[in-house]
Amino acid sequence: MLHKFIINNTRVVLDVHSGAVHRVDRLTWDVLEDYRNIARDGLLEKLARRYPGQEVEEALAEVDELVEAGLLFSPDPLGGSYTPPAHNIVKALCLHLAHDCNLACRYCFAGQGKFGGPAGLMSLETGKAALDFLMNSSGGRRHVEVDFFGGEPLLNKRVLYGLVEYGNKLAGERDKEIKFTLTTNGLLLDEETGDFLNRHDMSVVLSLDGRPAVHDTMRPFPGGGGSYDIISRKIINFLESRDYRNYYVRGTYTANNTDFSRDVLHLAGLGLREISVEPVVAPPEEEYALREEHIPGLSREYALLADMVLERARAGDPINFFHFNIDLEGGPCLPKRLSGCGAGSEYLAVDPEGGLYPCHQFVGQEEYVMGDVYGGLVNKELPARFAGAHVYSKEGCAECWAKFFCSGGCHAGARAYSGTILKPNPLGCRLMKMRLECALYLKVAMAGQQ
Amino acid sequence: MGKHIQTVNKVSLNTTLKGRGCGECQTSCQSACKTSCTVGNQVCARESK
Repeated sequence: MLHKFIINNTRVVLDVHSGAVHRVDRLTWDVLEDYRNIARDGLLEKLARRYPGQEVEEALAEVDELVEAGLLFSPDPLGGSYTPPAHNIVKALCLHLAHDCNLACRYCFAGQGKFGGPAGLMSLETGKAALDFLMNSSGGRRHVEVDFFGGEPLLNKRVLYGLVEYGNKLAGERDKEIKFTLTTNGLLLDEETGDFLNRHDMSVVLSLDGRPAVHDTMRPFPGGGGSYDIISRKIINFLESRDYRNYYVRGTYTANNTDFSRDVLHLAGLGLREISVEPVVAPPEEEYALREEHIPGLSREYALLADMVLERARAGDPINFFHFNIDLEGGPCLPKRLSGCGAGSEYLAVDPEGGLYPCHQFVGQEEYVMGDVYGGLVNKELPARFAGAHVYSKEGCAECWAKFFCSGGCHAGARAYSGTILKPNPLGCRLMKMRLECALYLKVAMAGQQ
Repeated sequence: MGKHIQTVNKVSLNTTLKGRGCGECQTSCQSACKTSCTVGNQVCARESK
């Protein structure tokens, strides 16, 4: 299976099943169009009407060579089916330290941090039980991960501090490596917190949407009023304290800022280099939700952003845009690409009371309770259901060129759209494919200057 | 490097099927996104050592 596309006059060909990426000229583009459909003589005759015969022969020889090498028209390595390995390993937890928030973001999928329930903070005891559960459930896996999430997790700072100390102690005893990440809106970042995060080498994901007006429209304080000024200042101060290491600044774009490349540019202008700006998760009836009508504009916007990223890289002042970040030489192995994000099997979320859910986006949904950190996984059907949702079982994925990059996409997004994790949201698929095409284009463009 | 085709990468995914899948890599949604995971941009823990 091939995927051919053109961005900014660059012709790119992805050989889907090998992962090989090629830049081709117009002649080769035409050769590939008919290579599998027309016999050699017919193909030569057809193309000789438009190109010199010698050139056509050369292009065909190059294609033949790559087919032989398994880098064009390579077969599906799994033959179209996949059985996930049976195991009960959980290696990553998202701990909801606080179902409460000090902002009132209009697009919050967590219902202003409360996930449809009452406000609440996770106790140290529950958090420790979660870490015990993680250690006991991670089997032979050496690397385990914990993300502190909310609501706003820094509303529960003392518990966060206690859990990092406890997690490190457990990891040392079990000969594991534990990685902590904090996802925060930045409002409570102060010197003490910054020192703690830096001392423990914690990764941080900091929420800032971009231009002041864009950020303030969607991320106001509960009493109204924009949060940009104070939060951008706190984020910059904090990142300076850690020499801009080990972070992402993460923004959300909505129907109100489909020109989000300007927000990326704004963030870069603040000195930020690790940037992720992502499409809003929203019910379609919300005025800020992304809809089909936005697709052509968003496609142009991603291409514009790709060229901005390229220009900056060429100028020696690169930014790392998370969704354009693909490693074509290494990257994840095929089993990882098949298993997807791991939600509901290897990765679970924990609510403040210790309830276990497939991921943070399912928290608060009664039918997705999987057990709790004290009694472990009680619902045995849900882990199997999530592990079984992969590119060969999700609707439309097996035939999709993007399958080994997106791995079937977000289960929560699919469920919100169709009621089942097995039927992805086509709008989400379109956005994913745009981003991937830009990421591949950037690889091709960068390779061309080396 | 061909005259008509410039191949950017020659790594074939099917060589990463057998003997892999150690599961030591980062969980996709933990790194930045939380809403729009892209498995393809994750890093292999084995390769990065």
